[in-house]
Amino acid sequence: MAVQSPVRAVAVVPPPPARPRRRRTPVTWVRRGGLTTLLFLVPLLVVFGVFSWAPIVQSVVMSFQRTNLVGPVTFVGLDNFAQVLDDPLLWTAVGNTLWFAVLALVFGYPIPLVAAVLISEVRARRGLFSALAYLPVVVPPVVAVLLWKFFYDASPSGVFNTVLGWAGLGPWQWLQDAGSAMPALVLEATWAAAGGTVIIYLAALAGVPADQYEAAEIDGAGIWRKIWHVTLPRLRGVLLVTFILQIIGTAQVFLEPFLFTGGGPANSTMTILLLIYDYAFASSLGGDYGAATALSIMLAAVLAVLSALYLKATKSWSAS
Amino acid sequence: MSRGLISPSERATPAIRRTVRAVQTLLLGGLLLAGLGPVLWLAKAAITPTQDTLRTPLAIFPTGVDLTNLVTAWTRVEIGRYFLNTVVIAAGSWLVQLVVATTAGYALAILRPRYGKLVTAVVLGTLFVPSIVLLVPLYLTVVRTGMINTFWAVWLPAGASAFNVVLVQRFFANLPREVLEAARVDGAGPARVFWSVVLPLSRPILGVVSVFAVVASWKDFLWPLLVLPDPAVQPLSVRLPALQRYVELDVFLAALAISSVIPVALFLVFQRLFLQSGALEGAVKG
Repeated sequence: MAVQSPVRAVAVVPPPPARPRRRRTPVTWVRRGGLTTLLFLVPLLVVFGVFSWAPIVQSVVMSFQRTNLVGPVTFVGLDNFAQVLDDPLLWTAVGNTLWFAVLALVFGYPIPLVAAVLISEVRARRGLFSALAYLPVVVPPVVAVLLWKFFYDASPSGVFNTVLGWAGLGPWQWLQDAGSAMPALVLEATWAAAGGTVIIYLAALAGVPADQYEAAEIDGAGIWRKIWHVTLPRLRGVLLVTFILQIIGTAQVFLEPFLFTGGGPANSTMTILLLIYDYAFASSLGGDYGAATALSIMLAAVLAVLSALYLKATKSWSAS
Repeated sequence: MSRGLISPSERATPAIRRTVRAVQTLLLGGLLLAGLGPVLWLAKAAITPTQDTLRTPLAIFPTGVDLTNLVTAWTRVEIGRYFLNTVVIAAGSWLVQLVVATTAGYALAILRPRYGKLVTAVVLGTLFVPSIVLLVPLYLTVVRTGMINTFWAVWLPAGASAFNVVLVQRFFANLPREVLEAARVDGAGPARVFWSVVLPLSRPILGVVSVFAVVASWKDFLWPLLVLPDPAVQPLSVRLPALQRYVELDVFLAALAISSVIPVALFLVFQRLFLQSGALEGAVKG
């Protein structure tokens, strides 16, 4: 299908054909369809202009301003940045976000890979396997979090504590304990996202050429050595892509801490995005928009570097 | 069917065959438990009385089924209304995204004005900007323009998806030039070529964009939470966390189940499209 390598396709848009040089006047421009072309671009220009480009510029400007919806706007230089960097809560949030990212890698990175390799070897009803793996992804995230919040109920008759009870363990405090709250969030996030990664790996696995396996077999390789010497090297590109995607995603985790714990207990699940939200919207006295935009600009700068790496990785991946 | 990692001769070996079968049975069991388990549990809890769910959450209907939960959730808790809001929000977002992506894709990939490269570059540039940067200024824009508590506040920003534009533009660029040329020779203008030739040829990519649009809209939480503070216009995702505080548990779980029905049903019907789009996501999303 033509949509399978969109990243590569952009490079092959042929250059516009050379047009005969003639005097260009507004009339010839309209006659050659210039106006029609522009009309086709109006929806894009309006929607992106108002809801994407302008806010991006405004965000940069606002990070140097002190403003709320009522009072006058004043330029304060780097004060907002200094204020955010001085906030002890910022470093808690950065630490928690990194902790979330590490835990998400430990739980969430190997599981989809193993599942995808196993599913790709299923002969009958492979579709059922991948559909089951993907099912949690289609459960609305808010529903998933609220459902798991009930599963995590700390009483002995909570769903997970009941299961633990069968094994003679528990009851655990799950979300109420500062030590276990973050792992509990990550567990739910992994459950909700793993299926998407499985599907990406399955597509990549389908692209491993059979003759490479055959060549390895002629050299006497067993199943493990084929995985190590053929499968994994072929997946290197996509593994890098999912790795960077996951880092970019976890750096912006919001829904889980917001709905599960609200950042608690004792700020143990306060993340960067939650802090930005709190700066801007949590106070009923009017938001500290300067601090919120300053922090989001700093986060964006870090993520932009990661995105650039990501783009480079997808390019080399689809070129291979 | 082409072979994969395990060769036919390895499959013929009894020890390997047994191991493969055992591993796959375990895998299926694990997937059923982790993938289907919570969904089935929710479906069960939706029609179970509160006391049963609280005391013995894993027992299956210890004191029978209570279908009134669903009715109560739909009527008294007004899940029906929030459901409708969600559908209207998703439909509008879908339409705006489709209009923006197809018109822009057509202009940039087929009409190709001189300034097209610049526009493409500025659109692509937004892929590098995480949406959190937009949050505050976009919110202030919505407040200033009076769009707060209207669906426009969700519909219009949804259209600014660089991902869609890139996807559609690339697809259009690979359409067979001869067909478009032939239509032009037959006297069709740009608008006519767009409507009668390009769009019908682009069903696959429009399907992908549509799935992305509807799913993303159904999942969205933070943005509608900010711009739709009036409960009367809120979608399910925003309303459910608030309901949790004052609705009885069995009715609340019924509400959660109702909220999942449409996405899960869409997935079961358009499975192939979903899985295909899911694979595509890894290739483009940033």
